[in-house]
Amino acid sequence: MTNELITSSASELAARLAAGEISSVEVTQAHLERTAQVDPAIHAYLHVDAEGALAAARAVDARRAAGDQLSVLAGVPIAVKDVMTATGMPTTCGSKILQGWVPPYESTVVTRIKAAGMPILGKTNMDEFAMGSSTEHSAYGPTRNPWDLERIPGGSGGGSSSVLASFQAPLATGTDTGGSIRQPAAVTGTVGTKPTYGGVSRYGLVALASSLDQAGPCGRTVLDTALLHEVMAGHDPMDSTSINAPVPAVVEAARRADVSGMRIGIVRELTGSGFQAGVQQRFDEAVQHLRDAGAEVVEVSCPSFTYALAAYYLILPSEASSNLAKFDAMRFGLRVLPEGIGDPSAEQVMAATRDAGFGDEVKRRIILGTYALSSGYYDAYYGSAQKVRRLIADDFAAAFERADVLVSPTAPTTAFRFGDKLDDPMAMYLNDIATIPANLAGVPGMSLPSGLAPEDGLPVGFQILAPAMQDQRLYAVGAALEARLLHAWGAPLLACAPTLNAVGQEA
Amino acid sequence: MAELTRADVAHLAALARIELSDHELETMVGELGIILESVATVQNAPIADVEPMSHPMPLVNVTRPDVRRPSLTAQQALAGAPEQDQQRFSVPRILEQD
Repeated sequence: MTNELITSSASELAARLAAGEISSVEVTQAHLERTAQVDPAIHAYLHVDAEGALAAARAVDARRAAGDQLSVLAGVPIAVKDVMTATGMPTTCGSKILQGWVPPYESTVVTRIKAAGMPILGKTNMDEFAMGSSTEHSAYGPTRNPWDLERIPGGSGGGSSSVLASFQAPLATGTDTGGSIRQPAAVTGTVGTKPTYGGVSRYGLVALASSLDQAGPCGRTVLDTALLHEVMAGHDPMDSTSINAPVPAVVEAARRADVSGMRIGIVRELTGSGFQAGVQQRFDEAVQHLRDAGAEVVEVSCPSFTYALAAYYLILPSEASSNLAKFDAMRFGLRVLPEGIGDPSAEQVMAATRDAGFGDEVKRRIILGTYALSSGYYDAYYGSAQKVRRLIADDFAAAFERADVLVSPTAPTTAFRFGDKLDDPMAMYLNDIATIPANLAGVPGMSLPSGLAPEDGLPVGFQILAPAMQDQRLYAVGAALEARLLHAWGAPLLACAPTLNAVGQEA
Repeated sequence: MAELTRADVAHLAALARIELSDHELETMVGELGIILESVATVQNAPIADVEPMSHPMPLVNVTRPDVRRPSLTAQQALAGAPEQDQQRFSVPRILEQD
């Protein structure tokens, strides 16, 4: 792989585009060619929009030639998670129920990306309706981890993490309801941020759990991720939960990369037992790097985090069962007629369609949510979970009294093999144990690579959490750590990933 | 904690408008039992006098000026319809046959 157009960071590409050394058409074409070569094996994309991407690239090249004032990332191509509506291409959310659906409206995030002059290469694979940690729940088949094609790329945003790790795009978007940006980043050696809840508009995103969902940027470097964060974030009148305040200065923080005098809190409940040895080892080394960079490290305790997973798997299914009620076979999406019934009722058509159109995990969570919300059980389940949610938010508040940011490993293990956890839903859910608390409390979080686990040679993720609306702290800490690790490694972690040859097999 | 029976799951599936096959029902009863046992641990947390939290931040009602703004045309709105008729969504019968 010698083409520097695909191995460059987004910020390097942006600089060369601005200097007129390269064109957006060249950059976009190089990435499309890479996809043609490697994606048959990786399966990161559900839809590639070569024509649309090249047209957008030509348009931005023309604007640059005309001397227009352009956004920093103008001309840098991007991949979009298939949960975000975009006009002119399908949005499926990895579900059969939305197969071939072309939305008549567009998410604010995608509109902003287009306005920034960024060509959209295509839509990336995901667990169906973002329910999963492996992409094994995509109705269109799993995405493979470029580090090992027999292993999962994380989920739900495994398509977005894999396009980055296989150099099919320099940037990608994600959504994170319980870790769907951070866990895929962790297991593929890439970077991903879940902004503060409300920091990025949810308008036009297919909702999983509305009080937890947050869209965010994915990249290969902390600075790239910050640059995309600024494109995606900001107040949107179309989303009533969108924060009406300036976007935290994430790019400035990433460039400064300064942690001197910062207090960094290790969350006792998110380390130690339950975490793979090599994951813990790389975490401990990263903490030492931060200490060496001038940060003060303290230990904090968040006792309620023990109940976070249980609360999450009540709150999420409850909200999802309600959000997914809109897939009713009446106005859009799949319609399946029940077998053996002449002149079926709307209700029968609905039930037959939802059986045929939803996968097992989606059905499981809808039924779980229906139960948790049902009369007689509401207080015991959903009600109790909402109270635990308060305890978790209180734990965060107390911890942030003692530390400016909190840190933990992003995921308990490195990438696991396909099929390992597919038949055991609880084992699958445990992948998100360290990422879920941030969604429950609405605070921002980032994952960045902290090395390879010695026992299996696979990437390990380092998680940083900050108080609400202090997203810039993630980037300050992330960039400082990244700089020290890069110096120690001598090359980006992804340089250690297997080279994928023309048919996408590991060379 | 209540044990989920096959009849319970069939009832929930009907409420959720999902027609599960016998095989799916069978699998679901077992899986949901395990998941419920695990999530029921929320009841062991010290939540006695805790105010429930539905949302990460206080919600305020958001309104906009009552003026017309661009919206979907009927054709756009119908573009994804499984069936349409006379510029309307065409749906199966909604009443019982007599």
